[in-house]
Amino acid sequence: MLIFLVGLLAATLRVATPLIYGTMGELFCERAGILNLGIEGTMFFGSFVGFAVAYATGSLWLGLLAAIAAGVLAGLLMGLLTVSLGVNQHVSGLGLTLLLTGLSLFAFRLVFGTNRVQPSIPPFPQIAVFGSLPVLGPIFNQYLLTYAAIGLVPVVWWLIYRTSFGLKIRSAGENPEATDAAGVSVFRVRYLALGIGGGLMAAGGAFLSLAQLGSFIFGIINGRGWVCIALIIFANWIPLRVLLGALLFGGVQALQLRLQASGAKVPYELFLALPYLVTIAALALAGRNASAPAALLKPYRRE
Amino acid sequence: MYAVELKGITKRFGPVLANNNVDFSLKKGEIHALLGENGAGKTTLMRILYGLYSADEGQIFVAGQEAHIESPRDAIQAGIGMVTQHFTLVPTLTVAENLVLGYPTGFNLQPRQIEKQVADAAGRFGIEVRPSALVRHLSVGERQRVEILKSLFRNARVLILDEPTAVLVPQEVDVLFETLNRLRSDGMSIVFISHKLNEVMAICDRITVLRAGSLVGTVARAETSPHGLASMMVGHETFGVSREGQQAQGKILLEVEDLSALDKKGLPALKNISLRVHSGEILGIAGVSGNGQTELGQALSGMLRPAGGRIRVGEHDLTGASPDRYTAARVGRIPEDRHGGLIGELSVAENLALESLDPFTHSGMLDRKAILGNARRLIAEYQIKASPTDRTRTLSGGNMQKVLFARALSRNPQVIIASQPTRGLDVGATDYIRTKLLEQRDHGAGVLLISEDLDEVLALSDRIAVMYEGEVVGILPAEQATRSELGLLMSGAKRGTAASGSLPGKEAASHAA
Repeated sequence: MLIFLVGLLAATLRVATPLIYGTMGELFCERAGILNLGIEGTMFFGSFVGFAVAYATGSLWLGLLAAIAAGVLAGLLMGLLTVSLGVNQHVSGLGLTLLLTGLSLFAFRLVFGTNRVQPSIPPFPQIAVFGSLPVLGPIFNQYLLTYAAIGLVPVVWWLIYRTSFGLKIRSAGENPEATDAAGVSVFRVRYLALGIGGGLMAAGGAFLSLAQLGSFIFGIINGRGWVCIALIIFANWIPLRVLLGALLFGGVQALQLRLQASGAKVPYELFLALPYLVTIAALALAGRNASAPAALLKPYRRE
Repeated sequence: MYAVELKGITKRFGPVLANNNVDFSLKKGEIHALLGENGAGKTTLMRILYGLYSADEGQIFVAGQEAHIESPRDAIQAGIGMVTQHFTLVPTLTVAENLVLGYPTGFNLQPRQIEKQVADAAGRFGIEVRPSALVRHLSVGERQRVEILKSLFRNARVLILDEPTAVLVPQEVDVLFETLNRLRSDGMSIVFISHKLNEVMAICDRITVLRAGSLVGTVARAETSPHGLASMMVGHETFGVSREGQQAQGKILLEVEDLSALDKKGLPALKNISLRVHSGEILGIAGVSGNGQTELGQALSGMLRPAGGRIRVGEHDLTGASPDRYTAARVGRIPEDRHGGLIGELSVAENLALESLDPFTHSGMLDRKAILGNARRLIAEYQIKASPTDRTRTLSGGNMQKVLFARALSRNPQVIIASQPTRGLDVGATDYIRTKLLEQRDHGAGVLLISEDLDEVLALSDRIAVMYEGEVVGILPAEQATRSELGLLMSGAKRGTAASGSLPGKEAASHAA
């Protein structure tokens, strides 16, 4: 039983990692007033660029950096559409996801052709921090990016709540007119938030290709971006609750994988659906009191 | 040398000329009123000075130097601050956070440290604020003080206040005027945008009047009078419309008992309201914006379902009834949001027929001729400047309001619920609407007039009820209602006699006071 729990916890952290990056990325965008539905595509793009660069250069770190840079660019493109041009945020975000998904698959074909053998790289290793710890050791045998994801939570909290930059982001998402009147450029703040957000989303995607899988496949993101959109509402746009939500979803996901393997005589699709059912239930409960940034979805224009 | 000088400012919005070659100068250490009717271009001119709009033509000089102000940031750097009508505060942030937003403070923000900084500044300027309070918990008067302090905090030497008293009760106005007098003696230059003559005469040194986007003139207070200013504002002498004489109370047409209701967030918006409107009277509802007036208007027209209590119109119990039953019971409604009461994309004729389609329908088909005929008749009768086929959204505010009035009054209502009927209208349209309401009263209708304009309530009402935080805190006969008495009630500082006199304890207290 203990071993089962330890394995479950270790897997929970692994599953939660890309969700933490993605949702924290979305948090930056939405706190500044932009719903970035490009998240699914940005994560996909990040996982592709990360893999391709790591494959070409042999350096996983260069791959990760390139993925983040690609994510920043994707965020800025979202900024061009929604901040500068004032295009509807739903349309821009979905368009960005379609664009980046298609672009990644197309580029993957161009670079790698249609080999029967899936190209792969040796992924980031797992690092045991308390490797010598009896029984509990596996919980602390994780990828560096997982540790970084958890470390990211207080950093984001500090940035959002304890810096002048975070104050500007919160203001731009709540009342852009007031922000502008205070002499802060809403455009600049929103572009920056989208850039940071895109970089984080892409890092989440790159975690999957560079650490967990060591390769790039079509279903690599598999709706995780949309899960992040749900998680941000669940978390009520609060960093610490993002971690909580990601761990909850990760926990149920890890559990259902184990339930599938248990050989119970239940259609496995039910288990597959479990995390999403829990997400819907959690959203229905937590979402009732959620208070989105007041200016979310509203383009800002000075007359 | 002037603190600020504007020369030849012209600004167009599409075909509309909002400012036409306007000159304006502000001396150091003066309070200068910018006076004019709604739509005269006062706010536009000052938004140009503050960088919220850019002028099509003209120059701005600050302390004698030509300044290129293209954004509020430029204005702040030039020492100009503006308190707009819609406060530019972020409700979810604290007072201190709002003040340091955009102010160079370093990257790391320590709440204690910025709160102390703000408290120091507040002490220095003699403005009372609580730095750690969340702005959404503050009253309107407090928010305004935060706005003023925000400008001062950024070393503004020129302060623009856009209709600062519109949202305040009379006692808060006194506090504001004290603050402004103190700032003036410290050498601040203040622009005071207003359309209220008595306030302008009370506090300003010089007065610049705009009309229809053009400069009428600048005068010193000592050399003018309210009458003189009024004729400058409208281009001719006005008399205003007000109630004359007292009528004997007729039978009760609208009776509200213990009405309570929740707002959109599920919080109590109306608490045990009891009111009676008699035939041949106007019952005015006074109060500062957001004290339940909107919800009262909605509840009395079937748009908001009461949580408790009763609403009776004549013989009918309409508690919880839908809007069409109110219409059938001959309740005429002038909704607060005139854009919400009309469908902009439909023609004037269609909107005029919309509330009662039956007379214009034959076996399910609309009778276009009857609809157009009805519209022509009403357009002539109510002096609406539009043709029946015009799309309603192309009409001016005054004409939209006339369409709403024509629709409601043409059905010969016994009860009229008029919410903010003259808000945003010019003097001519306002007089017309007020005349119509008095006409209805004289014909025996019962009118409930919900208005945030205290002058309007005082001018028209036979009795005045004051709302505060969802309650009716007092009902006074018009002849006993003074501005200061109403102000005390509006600010919640005092409770008066309740509607039916059913609260003997409180009644005694108010007699003692």
